[in-house]
Amino acid sequence: MKSATSFSRSGLSDWILQRVSAVILAVYFVVIVGWLIFAGEVSYTAWHDFMTTTCMRIFSLLAIVSLAAHAWIGMWTVFTDYLTVRQMGPKASFIRLIAQIGMGLAVFVYVVWGIMILWGN
Amino acid sequence: MKSNRPVNLPLSTVLEVNMKSPVAIASILHRISGIVVFLLIPVLLYILQGSLASEADFNAIKDSVFGAFLGRFVVFAALAGLIFHFFAGIKHLLMDFGIAENLESGRTMATATIAVAAVFIVAAFVWVVL
Repeated sequence: MKSATSFSRSGLSDWILQRVSAVILAVYFVVIVGWLIFAGEVSYTAWHDFMTTTCMRIFSLLAIVSLAAHAWIGMWTVFTDYLTVRQMGPKASFIRLIAQIGMGLAVFVYVVWGIMILWGN
Repeated sequence: MKSNRPVNLPLSTVLEVNMKSPVAIASILHRISGIVVFLLIPVLLYILQGSLASEADFNAIKDSVFGAFLGRFVVFAALAGLIFHFFAGIKHLLMDFGIAENLESGRTMATATIAVAAVFIVAAFVWVVL
């Protein structure tokens, strides 16, 4: 095993996941912002009705899961580029592990919180 | 094997070289915008949670977050990060298909990405902050 902290333990798999999740998130972003622009002055009822349709709930959950993979892979890329021995000195691996764990915890909280919001109301 | 490549160039040299290149600027902004969005996700989830919880919570978010300049500015920062990351991501996907991979076309597309994102970011500022 060469990679212990990447998302899927495989560079190729991370590569394709990063792109599939990117497309999902891009479409989700356009749908949400597009709705908000066309809605004008947003009322609670209109917003709530839109976001709690089964279709949007599934799409939002898909976006949250995509965000988890996308953020993990992206932040891993940043950490492995900058939190290196060359940049940080001999403690780099330890610093990177801490950063990676902190990021993983944040991603976990985002996913659980997102699910609570989407399926709790 | 001993490498003779120079390492740890001073930041001023790194910036001097890279600030001349739209490709490099678009690349580092893609990373920075990604980090900004990652860090501001809790703000967006907080707003989403309040906006869907009840009509009273919806109005409370409207008053507290969107009623204050700071709140609107943080939302704008998240939106600006999303906008840049969105266009830089499209550029990246196009390059995966072999589009704009030459020096000249790469520079052109990097410049276009920055310009288009800037237009939408200004529009977002007008939409959210003003």
